[in-house]
Amino acid sequence: MAEVKKYEEPRIGVFVCHCGTNIAGSINIKAVQEYAKTLPNVIIADDYQYMCSTPGQNKIAEAIKEQKLTGIVVAACSPRLHEPTFRNATKEGGLNPFRFEMANIREQNSWVHMHQPEEATAKAKDAVRIAVAKASLLEDLIPKSVPVEKTAMVVGAGVGGMQAALDLASAGIKTYLVEKEPTIGGKMSQLDKTFPTLDCSQCILTPKMVDVYRHEGIELLTYTEVEAVEGYIGNFDVTLRKKARGVLTPDEATARGIIGGGCTGCGDCTDVCPVIKPNPFELGMAPRKAIYIYHPQVSPLIYTVDFDACVKCGLCVEACGEERKAIDLDAKDELMNVKVGTVVLALGYDIFPIEKKFEWGYKHYDNVITSLEFERLICASGPTGGHLIRPSDGETPKRIAFVLCAGSRDNTGVGKPYCSRFCCMYSLKHAHQIIEKIPGAIPYIFYMDIRSFGKMYEEFYYRIQDEGAKFIRGRVANILEDPVTKNLHVNAEDTLLGRPIDMEVDLVVLAAAVQPSADTEKTRRLFGVSCSQDGWLLEAHPKLNPCGTTTAGVYLAGVCQGPKDIPDTVAQAEGAASAASIPIHRGEVELEPYFAVCMEDKCAGCGLCVNLCPYQALSLIEKDGRTVMHVTEAKCKGCGTCGGFCPGGAIWMQHFATPQIVAQIDAFLLGGEQ
Amino acid sequence: MADENWKPKIIAIICNWCSYAGADLAGGARIQYPPDIRAVRVMCTGRVDPLFILKAFQDGADGVLVSGCHFGDCHYLEGNYKAAKRMFLLKSVLKNIGLDDKRLRMTFVSASEGAKWGHVMEDVVRTITELGPSPLKELAR
Ligand SMILES: Cc1cc2nc3c(=O)[nH]c(=O)nc-3n(C[C@H](O)[C@H](O)[C@H](O)COP(=O)(O)OP(=O)(O)OC[C@H]3O[C@@H](n4cnc5c(N)ncnc54)[C@H](O)[C@@H]3O)c2cc1C
Ligand code: SF4
Ligand code: SF4
Ligand code: FES
Repeated sequence: MAEVKKYEEPRIGVFVCHCGTNIAGSINIKAVQEYAKTLPNVIIADDYQYMCSTPGQNKIAEAIKEQKLTGIVVAACSPRLHEPTFRNATKEGGLNPFRFEMANIREQNSWVHMHQPEEATAKAKDAVRIAVAKASLLEDLIPKSVPVEKTAMVVGAGVGGMQAALDLASAGIKTYLVEKEPTIGGKMSQLDKTFPTLDCSQCILTPKMVDVYRHEGIELLTYTEVEAVEGYIGNFDVTLRKKARGVLTPDEATARGIIGGGCTGCGDCTDVCPVIKPNPFELGMAPRKAIYIYHPQVSPLIYTVDFDACVKCGLCVEACGEERKAIDLDAKDELMNVKVGTVVLALGYDIFPIEKKFEWGYKHYDNVITSLEFERLICASGPTGGHLIRPSDGETPKRIAFVLCAGSRDNTGVGKPYCSRFCCMYSLKHAHQIIEKIPGAIPYIFYMDIRSFGKMYEEFYYRIQDEGAKFIRGRVANILEDPVTKNLHVNAEDTLLGRPIDMEVDLVVLAAAVQPSADTEKTRRLFGVSCSQDGWLLEAHPKLNPCGTTTAGVYLAGVCQGPKDIPDTVAQAEGAASAASIPIHRGEVELEPYFAVCMEDKCAGCGLCVNLCPYQALSLIEKDGRTVMHVTEAKCKGCGTCGGFCPGGAIWMQHFATPQIVAQIDAFLLGGEQ
Repeated sequence: MADENWKPKIIAIICNWCSYAGADLAGGARIQYPPDIRAVRVMCTGRVDPLFILKAFQDGADGVLVSGCHFGDCHYLEGNYKAAKRMFLLKSVLKNIGLDDKRLRMTFVSASEGAKWGHVMEDVVRTITELGPSPLKELAR
């Protein structure tokens, strides 16, 4: 076991917080405070209503000065909440901030043992004893300042990612905007109109897409994925895979010596391409060729070869011609490396595969479609030129049922337990659109509750009611098809009238739930970001830090953090961009000094730790004729995996050193009252 | 068996990023669980030296819980894999010295699994209570 480094006689101050009644409601504060006085090294034990308030913090600073304390223990909430606060107070008092230890007697005590005051008080005493034992052995640590790369990265270029990139770049930060699809825009570019103002989605989005494309500060990397991530806040080293696009941009062509060449977006290639595939942008309802763009407003306007479909006939190369020479059918994926200081993830969402709710017959009955398909069908630039039709016969539907909460707020285990948040509003929008476009059409909205929570949303709801939409409160039990007419029978219980209904309609639109986009899981793991139970990325704090993550330097924007509509997505994107710009503008960040340190006199040079370190921070070196381990501090993240293994106990894990942890274990189990 | 009032002494060594955060979340949600476990926070379960666990049992702990992130979710990539390997080894050591290896437990609780943390607490306390006081307790005296 490692030896304790040299210390002066420890003098510890203990402060017990009431947190109003949050703690004092179930824990006897006085008893804990009196008990603390009996512990070894404790010089002073005090209490206060709210230790995190200014007077509370002042108590700490004053006690340090008056009592010449060497260590501070605050028994209060979680260190994950207020450790930084009390470290500052400790520093104010003139002590090194790392001579502070917290006893969590709220989140992990008073709140979880609300009806057991005696046991909770006993547990709080133990927690204080454990903390005092550690505080007695804490040492001065100096956080390392590292310079921050003056560049940022945004992953995902939906409306959220685009906004974040525009803000970062406009703040003078060079920003890489990485998008896995050949064009930016995300889901918003598939929408027809947007609630509650009914602006045309493309009309408000296209100018933004152009801004992104033109912005000097943005390096747009479409058809590109994140392959690997190394490093930490200020110094992320990201490997990107630029997927083989098969078509050169004018810049790429110039770089290859084809002056004046490259794709002009003319589309001559598509005209000759013999391979036909479904266009995913139109959700498979329209064709595209093997060399394609998703839609006319794509940005960048560069074609893409689908190499899985391409038969390499070379017709497109010929059509493109010798001057432009834009097509390269031998293109390969390329890897590129970029260094960035901070990262914003804006990975968006996918539609839940609603065919899993088989009772509604999606993919089984022709005339059951999803809301996103509805958006494409009602959109003037969509596959039908904006004429809503029944897929079975091309007729215009007159009676249209909208099934809300399709797969959302579903506790059956098949769907999603959460509310997808924008379905109510877009279904109201859809109802308005059919009333406006199809004379005599009636929308029937089957809903559980209408959630119209945003600015001018409730007013929009009233408007749609006045326009003549019919609202039926009840979850749809099942949908059956009339095999002859292909009409649908919607069976539900009208819970307001308390009677079952069977309604025959021409078309059913399912407002399907949303779920994290397909690559979210992989991408979040690369960046070390956690997710909540349903897979949405986890914010650092649900109220106080909704854009941050627990990985310093990585921020969140848009639906990837949880379902939200466009206004909320844009607002969060601006928040995330602002948060991501702070470390870059400060120019340096402090890293917590929890590094591994090799105690060379104890190190046998066995090298076992070298392979354990996930960050290749350790190596063996020759020193004074011996082989010893050496830590590259800039690479060490302080996980302690090496320190947990070294057979000779030769690794000193700063702030989590073996003697410190053993002292905590001993303090709990062996006591230590005087 | 011990007398009825006997309460187990259990120590939990938990990682900062997942299990500690999950335990905090359980607090926020006011999930109630038995108060017999004391937690020591480390940055990652990879930090857990087998020595800590042996020391805890030597000191008379009736049970030890090590809890971290799910596989693939460790804040430091793979600390929890390394910890899990060590736990297997330790379990066989415990058996060799005559301790029931159920007294050592490793669980995986993420930052969003407050309710799961409550279940783990219940389950660990129940298991250790059923096993009774650690036979090494006498030795510690
Ligand atoms: C039918 C329907 C109608 C709607 N109508 C409205 C409306 O009227 N008004 C309104 O306010 N909201 C509406 N919404 C909601 C709106 O679509 C979202 O709020 C908005 O699109 C969220 O934007 P985003 O940037 O977060 O996500 P997305 O638009 O999903 O963008 C995410 C982007 O990230 C990319 N990406 C994902 N993973 C990766 C990765 N690993 N690497 C690189 N790139 C990646 C994706 O390709 C995509 O381009 C509607 C939604 C639906 C389903
Ligand atoms: S080479 Fe491929 S992309 Fe070009 S025309 Fe032929 S099939 Fe289409
Ligand atoms: S603590 Fe050890 S294993 Fe962890 S990063 Fe640092 S050197 Fe590597
Ligand atoms: S950080 Fe939780 S187990 Fe490694």
